[in-house]
Amino acid sequence: MSESLQRPPRKDPQKRTVTPTLPPQARSRQAIVFSTAAAEGRLALQTCGACEHVIYPPRELCPKCWSMHIEWRDIPDGGELVSETTLRTSVNTYFRERMPWRIGTVKLDAGPLVLAHIHGDVGAYARVKMIARTDKSGQGVLLALPEKETANMADDKQLRELTCNPKHRRVLVTDGRTELGQRMAAALAEAGASEVFVGIAENWRPYAGSAELAAMARVEIVPLDVTDTVSVNELAGEIGGKTDILINTAEYVRPGSAMQRQGILTARDEMETNYFGLMRLIQAFGPAMRGRGADGDNSACAWVNLLSVYALSNWQVYGSTTASQAAAYSLSQCLRSEFTGSGVKVVNVLFGPLEESWRQPLPPPKVTPQRLADSVVHALQQGIENVTLGPVAEDVVRRYKDDPFVLERELIQSGERQAI
Amino acid sequence: MSNSNSTVLEALASAMASGDVQTVDLTHTLDSEFPVIVLPPEFGQCAPFRAEVVSQYDERGPGWYWQNISMCEHTGTHFDAPVHWISGKDLPNGSVDSIAPGAFVKPACVIDCSTECAADEDFLLTPEFIQAWEKKHGEIPAGNWVLMRSDWSKRSGAAYLNMREDGAHSPGPSADAVRFLVEQRDIVGFGTETVGTDAGQAAHLTPPHPAHYLFHGAGKYGLQCLTNLDQLPPTGAILLCPPLKIKNGSGSPLRVLALVARSAA
Repeated sequence: MSESLQRPPRKDPQKRTVTPTLPPQARSRQAIVFSTAAAEGRLALQTCGACEHVIYPPRELCPKCWSMHIEWRDIPDGGELVSETTLRTSVNTYFRERMPWRIGTVKLDAGPLVLAHIHGDVGAYARVKMIARTDKSGQGVLLALPEKETANMADDKQLRELTCNPKHRRVLVTDGRTELGQRMAAALAEAGASEVFVGIAENWRPYAGSAELAAMARVEIVPLDVTDTVSVNELAGEIGGKTDILINTAEYVRPGSAMQRQGILTARDEMETNYFGLMRLIQAFGPAMRGRGADGDNSACAWVNLLSVYALSNWQVYGSTTASQAAAYSLSQCLRSEFTGSGVKVVNVLFGPLEESWRQPLPPPKVTPQRLADSVVHALQQGIENVTLGPVAEDVVRRYKDDPFVLERELIQSGERQAI
Repeated sequence: MSNSNSTVLEALASAMASGDVQTVDLTHTLDSEFPVIVLPPEFGQCAPFRAEVVSQYDERGPGWYWQNISMCEHTGTHFDAPVHWISGKDLPNGSVDSIAPGAFVKPACVIDCSTECAADEDFLLTPEFIQAWEKKHGEIPAGNWVLMRSDWSKRSGAAYLNMREDGAHSPGPSADAVRFLVEQRDIVGFGTETVGTDAGQAAHLTPPHPAHYLFHGAGKYGLQCLTNLDQLPPTGAILLCPPLKIKNGSGSPLRVLALVARSAA
């Protein structure tokens, strides 16, 4: 069993905040594919299309039959620990600061012998469950977990370096006026967050669920309107230095394409929340979070964007809103780039139509706010950066990966049929 | 300019300098958190006040501070012109830029309904209530502003719009009161402390939103989100309320001031 992580003591105000250091960053072009799969929580290795040999480390051609037909495929996660050592010294600053550190070799059921980080609860020569995750450098690494769940398993030091577990962390949910924001706050409190700050805009207007939200344990309601720079800056001035996880639940969704609208005011409202809102949050909260990526057990660790899957490719039925979501998606990529090296992960959840009033006429299947909240908690606990949620989103992402131009044509045809 | 006119203005200047005439600010601060009117969500909405810093003695402008501001014509303490409502759309000189400026400097009668509004948040000002006020303070002269004092400006947060599931609850004039002020008194405009000149539930009156429909249809103006009406005398104050000169503007945020004789305040 792992030692249960205790709530960190209050920070010593005389101590300098530790500057985030990083595990090795350099990877080959091929290995980027491994990291991309790891960001989705998938364990993928190269497999030879000719002889089915599973290849590790990544290569340009099959070392067994010399075929160049190499594909990245998800592989079974079983394996066996065959050797291990505990690092007690290293020339790498990141590992030096985290000694002792357990590493070893694992014989995968899929074939190869791989070098991996080893969870503290894995016994000698034991069966293991391999996971691939991105580390503080954003690079994919392998970690061997015990085959069966152990007590306090998530609290293991080496696993926690790869995850963004909300336990004992302080979370900001940017908009609590919606069912989504309220379910998100409850899910984070349930997952062990020490404080959940929930932003409420325009407190002079009543909203459904306000009494229940105010009564939630470890939830603190704070004034926040992402369309108002003054409001965002004022809140960041108060809690920016102790926001470990930021979850942007603010969204502005209206049906309608460009020609179905008169004027640009609704489009501007969409941009004010979906794009400029994200920009304001990044400018106000980003720098402090980036500086606190190694700030102890409750370091800053994750920035969560909730994005419509149509951010990838426009859907005319919500054509203008979709354009603002595409802008937000692009900005999330910029944020990810800016957070590189900070140890703070940008988690993007691409979801299909949400069960809420502005998407009421859309047919099922839809994603419920509860499911979206649960998926965010799961992604944080698992250290996953890219989540695709719901059958519609899964379908769109699959087609996007196949060919974004084909997807564009398909969405044009679907939009013509469903235009409302 | 004739001598007598010069004398009037000189006397005013002297009274202001001595403090015999005082200036009362009837304006709320333009603040992003000040409530704006809320329409059903499928309609276009009134934009709240926003300010973005252009530079503040920094790399964007080392020696100076200024902001870009944005809002609706009907945000904060604001002026309603006749073209704001469909009933006034075809009137001549119905937009803020075309109204003759004399309308912006007029005497004001202040009808105190604060006790009634405290007892009934849906209080409607009636002709009978106005006539009872006139018995004490004299008939409302033509060309005056009429300001409805409700003390609503002392409310804050959710109590200001007082929005419930059936809509907002706040006081305003009845349709008959509006007709009376237009037809019998020929006022220049009507001002309130609430977010609009109409009552919160005025969509259910006949005609709906009578203050907007009937006042603007008759070429009268509106002022709303006023404050400090409790510092004005029932009669005798001079209102200064020039809106911004926006081309074809339906209204404008503005600074509303009142000149008040010291003894009268």
